[in-house]
Amino acid sequence: MKPTNTNKPDYFHKVVDCQWACPAHTDVPEYIRKISQGNFTEAYIQNRESNVFPGILGRVCDRPCEPACRRGRTNEAPVAICRLKRVAADHRDEDISGLLPVIPKKKNGKKIALIGAGCASLTVANDLMPVGYECTIFEALAEPGGLMRTNIPSFRLPEKVLDEEIAYITDMGIDLRLNHPIKSMKGLLDEGYDAVFVGSGAPKGKELKIPGREEGSANIHIGISWLESVAFEHTESIGKRVLIIGVGNTAMDCCRTSLRLGAKDVKVMARKPRDFFKASDWELEDAEEENVEIIVNHSPKEFVIEDGRLVGMVFNQVEYDIEHGRIVNQLTTGEVMVPCDDVILALGQENAFPWIERDLGMEFDQWDVPVVDTTTFESTLPGVFFGGDAAFGPKNIIWAVEHGHQAAISIHRHCQGEDLNERLPVLMNLGSRKMGMHEWSFSNDFDPAARRKMEHVELSQRFKDLTTEVELGFTAEQTQREVERCLNCDIQTVFFASECIECDACLDICPTQCLTMTPNADRVDLIDSLKAPRRNHEQPLFVSEELKQTKRVMVKDENLCLHCSLCAERCPTAAWDMQKSLFNFPRAIDHAG
Amino acid sequence: MSFIRKPRIDLPNQRANAIGLLKQDYEGGMSTLCAGCGHDSITAAIVEAFWELSIPPEKVVKLSGIGCSSKTPAYFMSGAHGFNSVHGRMPSVATGAQAGNRELICIGVSGDGDSLSIGFGQFGHAVRRNLNMIYIIENNGVYGLTKGQFSAAADKGSKAKKGDINQWKNIDSVSTAISMGSSFVARSFSGDREQLVTLLKAGIMHPGCAIIDVVSPCVTFNNHPGSTKSYTYTRDHYHPASQTDFVPQANEIRASYAEGESIIVELHDGSKLLLKKTDSGYDATNRSSVMRYLEQQRARGEVVTGLLYINAELPEMHRIYRTSDTPMKDLEYEDLNPGSEELAKLQARMR
Repeated sequence: MKPTNTNKPDYFHKVVDCQWACPAHTDVPEYIRKISQGNFTEAYIQNRESNVFPGILGRVCDRPCEPACRRGRTNEAPVAICRLKRVAADHRDEDISGLLPVIPKKKNGKKIALIGAGCASLTVANDLMPVGYECTIFEALAEPGGLMRTNIPSFRLPEKVLDEEIAYITDMGIDLRLNHPIKSMKGLLDEGYDAVFVGSGAPKGKELKIPGREEGSANIHIGISWLESVAFEHTESIGKRVLIIGVGNTAMDCCRTSLRLGAKDVKVMARKPRDFFKASDWELEDAEEENVEIIVNHSPKEFVIEDGRLVGMVFNQVEYDIEHGRIVNQLTTGEVMVPCDDVILALGQENAFPWIERDLGMEFDQWDVPVVDTTTFESTLPGVFFGGDAAFGPKNIIWAVEHGHQAAISIHRHCQGEDLNERLPVLMNLGSRKMGMHEWSFSNDFDPAARRKMEHVELSQRFKDLTTEVELGFTAEQTQREVERCLNCDIQTVFFASECIECDACLDICPTQCLTMTPNADRVDLIDSLKAPRRNHEQPLFVSEELKQTKRVMVKDENLCLHCSLCAERCPTAAWDMQKSLFNFPRAIDHAG
Repeated sequence: MSFIRKPRIDLPNQRANAIGLLKQDYEGGMSTLCAGCGHDSITAAIVEAFWELSIPPEKVVKLSGIGCSSKTPAYFMSGAHGFNSVHGRMPSVATGAQAGNRELICIGVSGDGDSLSIGFGQFGHAVRRNLNMIYIIENNGVYGLTKGQFSAAADKGSKAKKGDINQWKNIDSVSTAISMGSSFVARSFSGDREQLVTLLKAGIMHPGCAIIDVVSPCVTFNNHPGSTKSYTYTRDHYHPASQTDFVPQANEIRASYAEGESIIVELHDGSKLLLKKTDSGYDATNRSSVMRYLEQQRARGEVVTGLLYINAELPEMHRIYRTSDTPMKDLEYEDLNPGSEELAKLQARMR
């Protein structure tokens, strides 16, 4: 094989699994290190630069980083990355105004309209205001926040945290127009904005069209609309027995909210077995901890109405044949009537754009949603951009934030008359972390501690009101232990073949046998000769230049390396060095020069 | 050296040997040798050999004298027995251990100073008695622990780190051992893991004293230009005389070899050594031709490696002494001490 080119930022970026998995590329190991040093404010600001809402995401992020965490490869649970983010948000300085982006008094004369005050639009405004743009956000509801406010119950995300982090953006001098739904795209375009960003989310909950739906409608609710009505205190109670249809994260929020509005017996009815659930494992766990019953293999058949009132639901009981994780056959084995007072449908959501005229020159696809470029986030109508759930359907907050960052760059380039596709590259900086002969400026000793468990408010205290936050946050002791679990994947093992004397010291000390010295061969043979069998082919393989003495090559399976730096400690010639990789992801302000 | 221990990490799909142990189970304490020391490589090779042979660590006794090399038994098989003896006196303690419990697998780790200077006499007698052990000489040509003076193994004309030229002829452990009647003599290099592990396995299974001299560069005091024990010099002059395959008892010899190109040596437990000649005419079972060959290659300045001489038929110490098949530690007190009556009878026989 040819020597690996590690100069491309992607190579080392991929090694930092959490950062690679995070859509907004938050530098997780670095902020965990800052937390370990007690620099909570710095950790918070560093988070804010990439993910904009650290306090919010530290509670409710979908955490794509955690399944990717390197710690998970050692038969252990991943580092509690998300909850450590909350630690930074909880313990930072009250007043961070001096650390937020500076907004120029003199504007650049370009006006941007943003539709919907959710995470996508707020991110776009957050990126464009410091450049000098004038942003106007149109929000249909009485308060900003979008889905974060309407769909995430306050026992998971306290209003104070939400208000504070949204205010950091709205206080930048944004013209925020609440209770101002946009009824016509054409009308908005006629107002002469330089660019329009659509961040209106996916506000349409999916229906369940089975017999009895019409007649029982007084007690059959659409999940996301129902959560919104609870959030604005229009709905304050629910029946004693509640059925939730669907088993995604919205279903989890619906069942737990029901318990706080007076329900005593809540069942989540799932059509398929547990392996096929859409909800995140931790959300399922939290719901089950509150004694929500999750019933699998029940497919809705009809609503049962007696005297014009919903009294229950009939389900088909289904059995599945599963092969290699896929359903190959299903068989209805019977049916059952489950009595209930209310039903909440949490079957997913869609975006809908009844307010965009179809004769504006904007192309719509076969599902009647606008065609949006996946890099520039521009629709086929120049100057109109989409992001968040409005762009490619429901995802989650952290994706919406990244869409916002990218759309902001496009909007800037559009307004300056530049090519949207000529975007700045990601930059990488490597710096040695060597302090002395065998000393590094990071905590490299492998800590075998298990993941700390998040403490929750007692069950007896939880259901008194809607706003008691369930998770208590990590204690100082838990934080101290959890930060040490991070393996410092951003401190890269960098190899200099010209220095190597082939003494084998690194190969012998490596606790995971991720290093191999072998005659060079083609990819297949080289993989065959690895000391530890290759388990994950997605992860990069490092092949060095030819070594001086025997003309062999050093091969490293990045998948197995735990960044303990013992190879570098044992190397007599410093052929291995531990170097911190720092990536710079360009934002709108960088494009503005 | 490093200041943190190699962590024990629970990885999925780790391979266990025939007795269910992981390679980690054959490791020892944290090495305090210099970073890049050849000795650490040899330690790793020992771990690999014992793990591959599935020998329970508690069936092993590790013995050593004094020196950098003699520290290393602490770095492998924490579960084995061990004795760190006086300088150069490892073979005496090994003799005692063997006499007391012949079932233990005995591994002695010594250095060129420990065996060829202060312990030269002991070394000779261990070879002569054909003590059933594996005797490793970690040979770096210098006294590393006292800051790099030439040892008796340093080649004449080689240069010390500060520039001194060695004026004395070296003692060659390999030809010395052969001339003293050794049954198994090999030379290897810490930088050739594959060869070293095979030789260690062969040595462990060999019924008698298996001498393995391993060139093990001292990165701190003897790894510079002008040294004849450096990584570069050894690799440049490296010359394997034969290639050894170790075939465990249960396995058949699969590959076919052309007549005259390889020699098969059968060991007492039924395992076999397959010696593939790389130099034509080299016969590791013929003592006089081996001596001639070694002399010839020495004149060329080559570092000859591989299994250089073997005679699996030579009786080891217990056979020569006709001792009890039961290890002495397992004999009943009455058998070991039959009483004054028996003593009187014995003495009567000698009057």
